[in-house]
Amino acid sequence: MRLYPHRILLILLAAALVVWCAVSLRWDWLPKYLPLIAEGIWRTVWILVVTAVLGFLLAIPLGLAQAAGPWVLAAPARAFCTVIRGTPLLLQLWLLYYGLGSLFPQYPWIRGSELWPYLRQAWPYAVLALTLSFAGYEGEVMRGAFRSVPRGQLEAAKAMGMPRLTILRRIWLPQAIQRALPTLGGETVLQLKATPLVATITVVDIYAVAGRVRQDTFIVYEPLLLLAVVYMLITGVLVLGFRWLEQRRPAKVA
Amino acid sequence: MEALLEAFPSLGLLALEPPGWGGNLLRGLVNSIQIALGAFGLGLVIGTLGAYGKLYGGPVLRDLLAIYTTVVRAVPELVLILILYYAVTDLVNQALVSFGYARVQVSGLMAGIAVLGVVQGAYATEVLRGAILAVPVGQVEAARAMGMPPVMLARRITLPAMLGFAMPGLANLWLIATKDTALLAIVGFGELTLETRQAAGSTKAYFTFFLAAGALYLTLTLVSGWLFGRIERWARRGDREMGRARG
Repeated sequence: MRLYPHRILLILLAAALVVWCAVSLRWDWLPKYLPLIAEGIWRTVWILVVTAVLGFLLAIPLGLAQAAGPWVLAAPARAFCTVIRGTPLLLQLWLLYYGLGSLFPQYPWIRGSELWPYLRQAWPYAVLALTLSFAGYEGEVMRGAFRSVPRGQLEAAKAMGMPRLTILRRIWLPQAIQRALPTLGGETVLQLKATPLVATITVVDIYAVAGRVRQDTFIVYEPLLLLAVVYMLITGVLVLGFRWLEQRRPAKVA
Repeated sequence: MEALLEAFPSLGLLALEPPGWGGNLLRGLVNSIQIALGAFGLGLVIGTLGAYGKLYGGPVLRDLLAIYTTVVRAVPELVLILILYYAVTDLVNQALVSFGYARVQVSGLMAGIAVLGVVQGAYATEVLRGAILAVPVGQVEAARAMGMPPVMLARRITLPAMLGFAMPGLANLWLIATKDTALLAIVGFGELTLETRQAAGSTKAYFTFFLAAGALYLTLTLVSGWLFGRIERWARRGDREMGRARG
């Protein structure tokens, strides 16, 4: 980015805006809610990381089944991706939380099981819904990525006598991931933007914390501004992280 | 049909007449489609202007547009909806009151269209910018050499030629628009997801209603996917060899 005169002016304007926000808006609630805010940010990041990792692990077989599997595997994988991508995440979340949540207590053996203390809370449903959603979108991305690896590479590996799992682990998967990496970065940002939905099923992430501040103090704009800044910062970290990942691998692909 | 009803008694709840909630669901679906259409249209207008601004605008305009697209794509739609929905309504009313007018109630439909339109505009700017860049330079230069004024150049050459390139991205945006309407449930607008939740909450038949709403959304998605496929084929009717080459 070059510093043209108009950019210096824009930066000064932005700085003035920040100073104005800091001085004339109400921030006195901030110290009191700081621990809660930190907890909220931690929970948002935790949900993002867990669901993105689990979702990606699910997406690999989904993509593989669609790219190379027999139709018995490819058809269900395709149907799963279509359904997940064709319905709103909020609906999926509420279906799991309210639907399963109202179904489980009817069975005594579930109530008696060791999992019950967890199933009564909201976060397992949030993690499940977000994981399935990420898997659905990424399954489609991985399908394209698996297909885009040149056949010659796989044939060469086969000719060297590599077993199929070794081919997948050493040749196919690394190259597919490398090709999908730019898309994955964008999709992870989208996943971050989907996390505040979990606040609607009583998981206390940073969005829910901001909502509580607004309810407690009747301050309208300041918590929302804080929220926007927090999400922009996390997005910035994600974008930089993925850029670093992309540069770390050798860029040359045959 | 009778046997099906006997096996799943909760299906009766989906009837269109008042004891059933099917009518409410369909009304919600119509609301959702209206908002999605409005937001998509507004997004296209903003996106076209934004794309031209980014490509041909001055340095200040370009930087401002970059800030707009970056911020909108980094902040969750839910937060943007809250900021725009509450803050903008409030600001408009404050301005009206200070000028001596009565307060207005911004309707949920208009607010929803405005908010989602601004979000869609940011994505549409990027899609259309890419598509305009994909138009062969020679065609634009030829039109300029023929002495076409800029607006006619856009209308006759650039926009029709870029439509084929833009279609996949725009189809994606339309799907995002239909699904983002669900977010308006959180500010209490009666679109499909909120209607579904109310129906499910009052009858306790959660699975029936959420699955029915899912089927409605899925139908909408699949039908529009087919429609966009046809439009794309129509938009690419001129560039046969290139269309083939790009698969």
